[in-house]
Amino acid sequence: MATTMTAPGRVAVRMKVNGVEYAADVEPRLLLVSFLRDNLGLTGTHIGCDTSQCGACVIHLDGEPVKSCTLLTAQANGAELTTIEGVAKNGEYDAMQMGFWEMHGLQCGYCTPGMIMTANAFLDRNPDPTEAEIRHALEGNLCRCTGYQNIVKAVQYAAKQRSGGAMEPGPGTDLDFEHKDVIEHAPEDLQDWGDQLAGQEER
Amino acid sequence: MFPNQFEYQRPDSVQAAAGLLAADPDAKLLAGGHSLIPAMKLRLASPSSLVDLGGIEGLVGIDAAGTIAIGAMTTYAMLRDSRELSRVLPMVTDAADNVGDPAVQARGTLGGALAHSDPAADFTAIFLALNGSVDVTGTNGTRTIGADDLFVDLFTTALQPDEIITSVSFPAPDSGTGMAYEKFRHPASGYAVVGVAAVVTTGSDGNVASARIAITGAPSKATRASESEQLLQGKKLNDESIAAAAAAAANGLDINGDHFASEEYRRHLVGVLTGRALTRAAAGM
Repeated sequence: MATTMTAPGRVAVRMKVNGVEYAADVEPRLLLVSFLRDNLGLTGTHIGCDTSQCGACVIHLDGEPVKSCTLLTAQANGAELTTIEGVAKNGEYDAMQMGFWEMHGLQCGYCTPGMIMTANAFLDRNPDPTEAEIRHALEGNLCRCTGYQNIVKAVQYAAKQRSGGAMEPGPGTDLDFEHKDVIEHAPEDLQDWGDQLAGQEER
Repeated sequence: MFPNQFEYQRPDSVQAAAGLLAADPDAKLLAGGHSLIPAMKLRLASPSSLVDLGGIEGLVGIDAAGTIAIGAMTTYAMLRDSRELSRVLPMVTDAADNVGDPAVQARGTLGGALAHSDPAADFTAIFLALNGSVDVTGTNGTRTIGADDLFVDLFTTALQPDEIITSVSFPAPDSGTGMAYEKFRHPASGYAVVGVAAVVTTGSDGNVASARIAITGAPSKATRASESEQLLQGKKLNDESIAAAAAAAANGLDINGDHFASEEYRRHLVGVLTGRALTRAAAGM
């Protein structure tokens, strides 16, 4: 491995995030969630309570769900990380994302990335869980909108779909575009929308 | 929120880590970091340097053949998922599944929990009830500290400033042993408002040959309910003896009250949870 020159008081880190290698010199106190959001621009990982209780910042570190607000970037040196941005593959939502969509597993969406990361790690470990096991697994993820009922249904949907069940439409499919289109076009659409807003302000 | 500035070091041996601790009295060890980093973010702790144990090989693993030996950096998730451990020490896997939440379990370590000696930790009581011991390494060599000597006071252990827990051992339970951990969880943090670990062994005559009951969450450090243990000695473990032990469990304990639970409420919980833990232990013999 090449020697990295590190400025005094800084730490050289290397990690793979959603399949992409990154190397950086960071302050030791830089929290992993800040590194992901501010340095890498991966703002899908949210900061909620910032005290390791709410789970909005959950990502996968070497396959395990972790709260990225309670890890130093330096501790993730050499690790493989997956954030919510790495869950959809080739423009297709995964089973859990589809579950949240179909079963209305979100309202405001703030907790959703952490919920999905926690729930996916849980199904990796327990592919056929009971409802009680799902609720136990989600104890570290707080949602202030849904009352959790539909989140549990979303995880059940994903468990069924992962084990070969058909993607049955849920109450969330009453929409006239395809899920794939949303992933492909959302950034552009948002950009257009942002431009329009900016234009209005100038006027 | 982010911590004050500190120096970060990641040694590759326990000896090197002990040397770094000895060289800087203000340095702190970083294991899973799930107590330390939140405290640093709130600026309740501002160590001058962190010595990360994450780069040291050989501190992770579970050996459950004979005496059970667990590396200090073994996480709760590893304890939770260990089938061999669930066969010999079911209380340990069960309790690990109820520490915090899965993300906390993925990072929090057994050695870290014992060295931190949080008054509301789960594994301090479990360690005490199972009569465990820790192997520690310092700049002056290695030694073993037994369960009854490790916890000194609130967040205070018998570890010297340069000593590091390297592994945690539990004696293999004798036949006729039942064990259970019961806790009243804080709903947000998952910490034990009160937790009780009970390990009871009955002899061939069906009478209690040994009982160890440890309380966490209520006193300033994990503490044995000695009076309850003595009440059970030589008795049959039945509803009557369990009720007597439960009623005596808080006797002699100095119990904390705070904004989560009053002293009176915690005292009540100690009795209730001791009864439940003993009942489950009896069922698992």
